[in-house]
Amino acid sequence: MRDVLAEALKDRRADYIEIHVEEREATRLSFRGRELEEISTTSDLGGNVRALVKGGWGFASFNDISTLREKVELAVEHARAVGHEKSKLAPIAPVVDVIHLAIKKDPRLVPLTEKKHLLDSYAQLCSSVSPKIQTTRSNYGETFRKLYLANTTGSYIEEERLDITTSVAALAREGDNVQQGHVSAGSADDYGAVEHLHDQVEQAARRAVSLLSTKPVKGGEYTVVLDQKLAGVFAHEAFGHLSEADHVYENPELREVLVLGKRFGGPILNIVDGAAIDRPGLRGSYKYDSEGTPAQKTYLIKEGILVGRLHSRETAATMNEKPTGNARAINYRFPPIVRMTNTFIEPGKVTFDEMIADIEEGVYAKGSFGGETGIEMFTFSAEEGHMIRNGKIAEPARGVLLSGNVFETLQNIDAIGDDIRWHNGGGCGKGGQSPLPVSMGSPHIRIRKCVVGGR
Amino acid sequence: MEEILDLAKRVAEEAEVYQINSSYTPVSFEANKLKQMETKETRGAALRLVRNGRVGFSATTDLRDPMKLVNDALAVAELGAEAKFHFPSAAIKREIQVYDPLVEGLEVAAMIDLGRGVIEKVLAYNSSILCDVGISKHVEEVLLINSRGGEAAYKKTAMAGSVHGNLMRDTEMLDVYDERVACQLAASYDDLAEKLIESFEQAKRVATAPTKSMPVLFTPKGIAGTLMLPLQAALNGKTVLQGASALGDRLEQRVFDPRVTIIDDGTLDFAPRSAVCDDEGVATRRTPIVEQGVLKNFYYDLQTAGLAGRESTGNGFRSLYSLPSPSPTSVLVAEGHDAFEDMVKGVKEGILVDQVMGAWAGNVLSGDFSANVHLGYKIENGQIAGRVKDTMVAGNVFEALKNGLEAIGKEAVWIHGSLKVPALLFKSISVSTKH
Repeated sequence: MRDVLAEALKDRRADYIEIHVEEREATRLSFRGRELEEISTTSDLGGNVRALVKGGWGFASFNDISTLREKVELAVEHARAVGHEKSKLAPIAPVVDVIHLAIKKDPRLVPLTEKKHLLDSYAQLCSSVSPKIQTTRSNYGETFRKLYLANTTGSYIEEERLDITTSVAALAREGDNVQQGHVSAGSADDYGAVEHLHDQVEQAARRAVSLLSTKPVKGGEYTVVLDQKLAGVFAHEAFGHLSEADHVYENPELREVLVLGKRFGGPILNIVDGAAIDRPGLRGSYKYDSEGTPAQKTYLIKEGILVGRLHSRETAATMNEKPTGNARAINYRFPPIVRMTNTFIEPGKVTFDEMIADIEEGVYAKGSFGGETGIEMFTFSAEEGHMIRNGKIAEPARGVLLSGNVFETLQNIDAIGDDIRWHNGGGCGKGGQSPLPVSMGSPHIRIRKCVVGGR
Repeated sequence: MEEILDLAKRVAEEAEVYQINSSYTPVSFEANKLKQMETKETRGAALRLVRNGRVGFSATTDLRDPMKLVNDALAVAELGAEAKFHFPSAAIKREIQVYDPLVEGLEVAAMIDLGRGVIEKVLAYNSSILCDVGISKHVEEVLLINSRGGEAAYKKTAMAGSVHGNLMRDTEMLDVYDERVACQLAASYDDLAEKLIESFEQAKRVATAPTKSMPVLFTPKGIAGTLMLPLQAALNGKTVLQGASALGDRLEQRVFDPRVTIIDDGTLDFAPRSAVCDDEGVATRRTPIVEQGVLKNFYYDLQTAGLAGRESTGNGFRSLYSLPSPSPTSVLVAEGHDAFEDMVKGVKEGILVDQVMGAWAGNVLSGDFSANVHLGYKIENGQIAGRVKDTMVAGNVFEALKNGLEAIGKEAVWIHGSLKVPALLFKSISVSTKH
């Protein structure tokens, strides 16, 4: 492969060219209730060429590898039609490296029947919780990819990646009222991470049933405590996306707002992203990003001060900062863009009991159905909620949707727990590339003056 | 492709090969500047077969070894779901127009000019606006054959223009977006720029709304962002089969206001969701979903219909890597009688919702929607008073469409090339704001 790619990179008429080739084998199973709905093994072989000429990018993806030379031409032609300025690309050292996976329990060695039984056991467990459980949806997926990267910087990298995910959603129904409880888990190196979810699955089913009789939260402004999962989603959605330099580098006003060294939160707040976090199994981990930049650990906020952001080689050069190894493509059909990897809020010192002790009326929001961000505004949806009354967890409340201005909300974080937990069952979407494997982590956090949508 | 089918026929009771060959060329402008041009070619085949009554499935883009594809499908068929269908035996001969040679032949230079035109128009209005503009063309060939003699082949084009304008002052940000998709060549996307300018103009003033229930007027874009997702989930034959649809046992019953009529139409010429057949060779059709408030049909593919004891509605669609699943084609919501201006005039105190965020994240199946108003306005005494910020709307789609409808706009608008819907005014929807 190395020779094929090197040959195609010859006679370059561009400031920069990179070639990706990808082999992918995937297995997927899905159940509706106890019925197996879909089971498949699929394979994919394809690649792309990305060329940079005078600041303009050309990109061509293909399935027929024998057309590689033509695709180099096409990408360069596209780039020439686009580029009219100076190409900016932060320098990185060329690397030649071959990375094999170190896998704890390899899903490819687990028979399909065993995976089918596993999902079925989760579905069975849900339905045994209550006759009100109408159905379940359970999914399992494993993707093994071998990535080849060669570029005119002189790098040649082969890197294997594994991604394993499992999700179970239990649906409870009473008349028109349909509620759900949800569990998701994943790992980059261990089938074991999705094998023992029985307790969590049972809790999710119970949660769905209890939500049937839970009243919707009353909309308004509250002090809100987020559990670890929701706080992790908050760090990712609200601040992580804002840290992606491609939102910032061409936007002079936003650049002024997001000046490094400016205070964005209290001294208790530390937010980090990195594909080189020293913790096994995180789904956003890798050795090199899609441009061949080594993975790092990047502080975004340190003691409340903005100290870093996430870069590709181009955004780093444009902003006179260093590349951080965050250029990622979901597969060969897309060019790399600036993405998060493993994003987390570092733990503080406050216990959960201390955190809620002085809240007269507030909301404890737990779990996440997902979130979205429009740069300054964010919104995300809790899976379940409780009112907090006079320092105690009180009655449950459903339909908790949190929304606000990121900058105000970060300033309003006034307590950070000591109990960090990681969530490896999520995915991230951006620029039509979804779901990208990421992990999120956080302890409990408390936010003052947060808008809760509800009825 | 015939080779794959021949190999599969030898070992399976029934087999079907689905093949796509597509080329997608988007031109992207970022922050008012031409940034990237791409060509994405996809070529692959999916094999679905039935062996010992069970479904096996595999797909690949590596067409060098057809036997691997057959073996992969056979291996999973041992564990696969029981097949509740036969592949259609009819070859599809009808014609529905979804191909425009002018789109296939469109030069990238012309696409660049279209994008520049939009940006110039917006910048002439306000040079501080940062525009991301995308102009794209898509050509797709679909081939489908099965062992029972069913076959279909068609070529489809799609051309899309999208614009996203961003204006920032201090930490205040305004984001407006719009797009248009069609099978036919677009001569200009200047109308997108005009609508964008109108929104920026309207959002200049700021107003605040109280936290309470009040009349809420949704633009077609606002409807697409909030009400459609829970509605489509409830109308999906799979959701119904699982007993998870709130509308599941209501066929032939009055579920919505009698002014509400919704049609799924896969046969419209030049609609991006149209084709001669769905992705499993069943002819597309015009299916009434809700007729004058009465629920008439759900969406079905072959397998789901088989399980439910019903017939496929020609709504079995898929990607290369997944089995067909029920999904809508073009969804048409019937128009009413009210002019948009009159709908605004009729509101004493309320909200106009145009763009929302996060609506998909709620409990979709219960019909509940809850969304951040990304772009919306306060209406005071029949006049648009200004843009609202930090505001959320929440309600239940089924309740709102049953008893909450005040008025229906007289002009339906295409959204994403897949939904044609008028503006809807609801009597009372819950609004929450920050003070």
